[in-house]
This record gives sequence, structure tokens and C-alpha cells, in this order.
Amino acid sequence: MAVRREFVLLLTPKVLSARRRGIAGRGRWGRAVMVLGVGAAAWPFIYVTLTRLLRTLRGVEEVGPLLASKLLALGLLVFLGILLLSNLIAALSSFFLSRDLPWIRAAPLDWLSVYLTRLTETLVSSSWMVVLMLVPMLAAYWTVYDGGWTFLALSILAVVPFLIIPAAVGSATTLLLVRLFPARRSKDILGIIAVASVGLVVLLLRVLRPERLVNPESYRNLVDFMAALRGPSSPWLPSQWGADALAGFLQGGFDPFLLVLLWTTALGTVTAGAILHRSLYPACFTRAQEGTENRIQHHAAWKWLERAVSRASLQRQQLVLKDVRIFFRDTTQWSQLIILGVLVVVYVYNIRVLPLSSGEMITRYLITLVVFLNLALSGFVLAAIAARFVFPALSLEGQTLWLLGSAPLEARTILGAKYWVGAVPLTALALILTGFTNYLLGVPAGLAVLSLVSTVALSLAFTAQALTWGVYFPEFESENAAQIPTSIGGLLFMLGAVVTLGCVVGLQIWILREFLMSGLPGREPRDPFMWEVGLALTGTLVCCAFSGILPYRAALRRLDRLDF
Amino acid sequence: MIILDSLTKRYGDFTAVAGIDLEIGEAQIFGLLGPNGAGKTTTLRMIAGILRPDSGRVLVAGHDNVLDPIEARKLLGFVPDRPFVYDKLTGAELLRFSAGLYGLTGPEVEARVDELLELWDLAPWKDQLVESYSHGMRQKLIISSALIHRPRVLVVDEPMVGLDPRSAWLLKDVLRTFAQGGGTALVSTHTLELAESLCDRLAVIDKGRVVASGSIEDLRREARSETAGLEEIFLKITRGATDSEIARVVGD
Repeated sequence: MAVRREFVLLLTPKVLSARRRGIAGRGRWGRAVMVLGVGAAAWPFIYVTLTRLLRTLRGVEEVGPLLASKLLALGLLVFLGILLLSNLIAALSSFFLSRDLPWIRAAPLDWLSVYLTRLTETLVSSSWMVVLMLVPMLAAYWTVYDGGWTFLALSILAVVPFLIIPAAVGSATTLLLVRLFPARRSKDILGIIAVASVGLVVLLLRVLRPERLVNPESYRNLVDFMAALRGPSSPWLPSQWGADALAGFLQGGFDPFLLVLLWTTALGTVTAGAILHRSLYPACFTRAQEGTENRIQHHAAWKWLERAVSRASLQRQQLVLKDVRIFFRDTTQWSQLIILGVLVVVYVYNIRVLPLSSGEMITRYLITLVVFLNLALSGFVLAAIAARFVFPALSLEGQTLWLLGSAPLEARTILGAKYWVGAVPLTALALILTGFTNYLLGVPAGLAVLSLVSTVALSLAFTAQALTWGVYFPEFESENAAQIPTSIGGLLFMLGAVVTLGCVVGLQIWILREFLMSGLPGREPRDPFMWEVGLALTGTLVCCAFSGILPYRAALRRLDRLDF
Repeated sequence: MIILDSLTKRYGDFTAVAGIDLEIGEAQIFGLLGPNGAGKTTTLRMIAGILRPDSGRVLVAGHDNVLDPIEARKLLGFVPDRPFVYDKLTGAELLRFSAGLYGLTGPEVEARVDELLELWDLAPWKDQLVESYSHGMRQKLIISSALIHRPRVLVVDEPMVGLDPRSAWLLKDVLRTFAQGGGTALVSTHTLELAESLCDRLAVIDKGRVVASGSIEDLRREARSETAGLEEIFLKITRGATDSEIARVVGD
């Protein structure tokens, strides 16, 4: 009884704060309109795309339903990976770094209520974005397979334990890591987390082997291929249980044991986490309060950077150097570079294993298609990176913003410095990513130029958009840089970026449709005409300029009026 | 040097500063007193240009800090009530950064950084990250940052919080020397002894309004008590709690 009362009591300030953050303050109607606007654009986009794909698959006998359930399993597996990683990071903050912890620890509270509230906080802050993405995804399955209201209830019953398991596992893992490494060596902890996450992603890829599904020739015959489709890819993972339960219900083979498995695993992991917490947390928390690192090493790279920015105004130079210094000294910031590494590795790996070497005509058509797919995917990766590194730029000023606010600085100087700190590395990455994957694919010169220019233009536009959303939705109170992108502003930026990307890719495909069709069997193959590439290039540049400059101007106006 | 003209700031329905008028001349230390939540910090933040007034204006040496913010801010040095600075910069880097924001660089800045860090006994910590500084050391670093560009106006919110006795004495001396050199220091404080011993003129703010202002003698006249100390004057003006109220709350 006491635990339940304390649980509610401890969560009350968090709930009230979250509610007030959402409804209080100036410009809340403007924010609401923006949230609804971007949400209204992105949800239907995901829903409609997936619905069309599922309808097409449903029309294909035998293989179609199997591919639909594989697609769900793949989606849930990706979400499981994201959830595990974000729970690991969020748990470090909510169990060890949160500002209210000394106060909570000093109060006469039951250990179980502290564990459950911190676990709930970890779960909510890590999972809400995944839940928002799951809604249009499951709605598409619901529509195509006429799920009825039972499917809605079943979805909730499957998704809730699916979220609890990574939260409990992530929190317990963080606890063990803090036990092994004192929190003042947080670099080590996050390093371990990062390495573990790289390993996890590689493992998941190897377990699932998605490339085999699109390359039926790697199977000895059709029977083997069908058997591979029918069999579970990762029978020990909750994502597979959830996917099998939901797809089984929709396709007439529901197994209630899978739900039991999900719930018992969820309860089991929470219980194991609670036992670990009871025995290890007091000692781990004490370790987390130990001193911090303060030794500074001056690398030659600083000199190079100072020379590189020496042409900018003195104020802009100082702002850029300050941001870069802080980035590489703050573990919660630089450690995200590892996540970036994972994203790039996974991306390039996927391009490399694409089955493009089977049949002359198919190869030509596929490569042309993959160029656009590559643009869409690398654009998405760049948007995700901008969300991680550019969106938090203003929020990270946090309570030190008074220093900029009281200095003789114009808003455009502050925003300009933050823009270039984000845009330069993002553009460089865009060039490397697209250039390398184009090389792997053997893309013709005209298309290669188009995709290179497009990703650069998208990087510049995404940087502007990320900064803008960051100015409109700053998270000044955030205790962990890694958590800032998971805020509502971060989500809105991602949704806006996806819409921009959709417009650019859609426009290019529309302009180059005749060329694309020429790659189909039975048609006269040809290279794209110069005017086609030029038109696509112009359209892309106009689209990116429009979606970059307008938000940037809005951000300038907003920053100029911001109370620091 | 500083003119506040009907300065008003509202947070939603709550009026934090309700039409303050003040004129603060050169070569003086002006104290801003008031109970918690009176609007002192909001007023200082508007003068520093961190908050925008809803109405009224702030003039710093004739520059309106909303219409002509850059010129107004060039003349100001601001010390906030809470010493939040970039934890991942060293003390020297923070001061260089601050100088850079005011367009200063080169050997003169290096000399100034060393001079200020020496003054506040922070020289041994020069190349240590700010995150390893104590509260008082951070406070001293922020004061150094406010002085780095040799401002004509210093706006200081609760200057003594976290300072050891030697540093507190040093700060008083710094402020006096600053005013003697023609500077204007506007200091908000709860420490009435500090206000009494340091300030040339004072204003008492309550519920966002100036309820009394002038020299200590003017305030005594206002409180109708010719011999009273600042504490007694302050309590009279701001109607502090009575003994019976205190007994009721603290007693069994």
C-alpha cells in the first residue's frame, strides 16, 4: 500500500511538470498548431505508404502474408533496438544524474517505490516516440486486414510488455555498468554502452539476415525460401513474439501463448531489475556522486580548428570554438558519435548486401531505383543525425544563456555560429555517405551528381530546420544531451524533415519518370537527358532553399524575442 | 547612467514588475532591496537585456536596450544570482570567451585574464574545468567575466552568495573602486549590512513597485525613524512578520 502511495506521490511532480510544459507559457497555441500540422502531415504519410504496401502484399498469394508479417517483425525489431539503447541512456540520467535524486534519497521512501518510479520515468522518456511511430504502423495493418476492435485491445496487450522489457533490461544493465565503473568514469560507461549497442545492431542484423529475403536465389529452391519466410527469424526476442501474436491474429493463426510469454517476461525482467536495484543501487548511487574529471588535453586539432574559423567575426569564432570544445568534453554529447557510427555502418552494410548482380535488365532498373531509395534513406540518416546534434544546440546553452543574453550579440550571430557548427560536419558526412554508396552501386555520372547535390542541399536545409525547432521547443532544463532529441520538438523536426525528404524524392521521381520506366524489361534503355537531371536539380534546390530559409528566418525572429 | 521608465514585466497573469521609475547616476553604488519575489531579479535582468520588458524602457547611457541593444550591452557587465557557466570550459577559456563576445582578443585579453584570476585567487585553477570549481569560485569567475571588458555599468544580483569573508571584503573594495572611477554599480541584495555599508543610494521594491528610494537618511525619514538601522527601516517599509506570527509558526 505504502509503495503504491509513494509511487503516485513521486510521479506527481513529473506529471505536473510535463503537463505544464505542454500547456503553459507564451505561444502555446502556435505550438499546438505546429504540432498538429506536422503530425497531420507525417502520420498519414506513414499510414498511407504502409497501407498501400500491405494491400499489394495481400494480393500476392502465399508469399504476401508472410512478407507482411516479416515486415512487422522487422519493424518491431528495429524499435526494440532503439528502445534498448535509449533506455540505457535514459536510465543513467533518471537513476544516477537527475537533480532531484539527493532529495529523494534523503527522504524516508521504500526502495521499491523509488525503483518503480525511476523505471517508469525511464520507460516513458525512452518509449513515447516509438509509440507514436507504432500508431500509424499498426493502424495500417488494422485497416488492411480488418482487425476490428479486438485487434486494438490485442495491440495494447502486446505493445505494453514490449515497452516494459527493454526498459527493465536497460535500467538493470546501466546499474551493472555503474557498479563496474564509477560514474565519474562516465566515459567508460557510455563507451561500454556504445560498444554494446554496436554489437547489438550487428548481432540483430546477422540474426535477421534481411538481405536473404530479397535475394531468393540464395536459397536452394522455392520450398527453402518459403520455409525461411515462415520460420521466426529471432524466436528469442520479444519483437518476434509481438509480431507473431499480432500478425497471427490478423492472418487467422493467433497463439495466446505469445502474449503470456510477453507478459511473464516483462514481469520477470522487472522483478529481476528490482532485486538488482535493492542490492546494488545504494552503493552505485554513492559512486555516482564522486568527483568529476577536470584534466584538459590540448590537441593539435584545436589549432587547426582555430585557423579554420579565423576568417569569421571574433564573436562567431568564440561561439564556434566554445561549442566544439564543450561537445568533445561532454560525454553525453560526444558519445552520440558512436551511435552515428552505428547508423553509418548499418547503412553502408545494407547497401553493400543489396542483391543487384542478378540479370542485366533487372540490375539496371534496380540500380536506378536504388539511387532514389539511397537518397531517401541517406536523407533520413542525415535527419536523424541533425536531430541528435543540431536540434539540441540552443537547449544545451540551458542556464548559461544569460551570458549570451547580456552580451552585445545579435541573434543572427548566435544562430549563424550554431548553424555552421552543425552544417559543416553534416554536409561532409552527406558527401562521404552518398559518394561511397554511389561508388558501391556504380551509379551513372548524371545521377551521382544529382544525388550528391541533393544530399548536400538536404543537409543544409535539415540543419536550418533542426535549429528552428530547437529554438521553438528549447529544453533548457534537460539533464542529459542525449534526451533532448526525444522531446516533442525533436519529434516534430523529424516529422518535418521526413516531409521535406518525401517532397524532394517525389519530385525527382516525377521529373525522371520516363527515364526510370526506360529501365524496365522490354523497353529501350537510355541514360537520363541533361535537361531531366537539370530540372530535377533545380527543383531540389528550390525545395531545399524554401524549406531551409523560411524556418531559419522564423528562428531568427523567435530568438530575437526570446527571454533568456 | 541608467534610467528606468515605467518598466513593467508580466508572466502570464502575474505582474513581476509594475511600472518602475528610477534614475541612477554615474560614480555611485545603487542598492536594490526587497523581500523574496519582489521583482528585483526580473528588474536587473531587464536592465541587462536578458528579459524584454512588456512596457516601459531601460536607457543605459542614453541607449534604449530594446531599440539599441548592442550599444547598451557593450557598456554593461552582468553578474546573475546563480553562477551557471559552461562547466566544460576552463576558467581561462571562459574569460577569453567572454572577452570575445565583447570583441576583445589578443595579448591585452590574456593579461586581463591573468590579472582578474590573480585578484580572485583563481590563478592556480586557471586551466581546470569550471565543473571542478566550488560555488564561491564560480561566483568569483562570473564577477571576473563581468569585469573583463571594463564596463561602465555593473549590474550585480546577490553578489555575496557563496563568497568567503575575504572574497566578500574584496568584492566590496572592487565595487567601491569601480564607483570611484566613475562607474555605476547596481547591486541587488538581501544583506542589509552590505547595503548599509556599501551603497550610496537605495531603492526598496515590493510587489514589483518602488516603495521607497533615496539615501539611507531619506529612507529613515520615509520610515519616520531618525535613528533606525536599515534592517528596521526595511521591515517597516515592507511590513515584515510580527513576533506573534513567528511564534505561531515556529512554536509547538
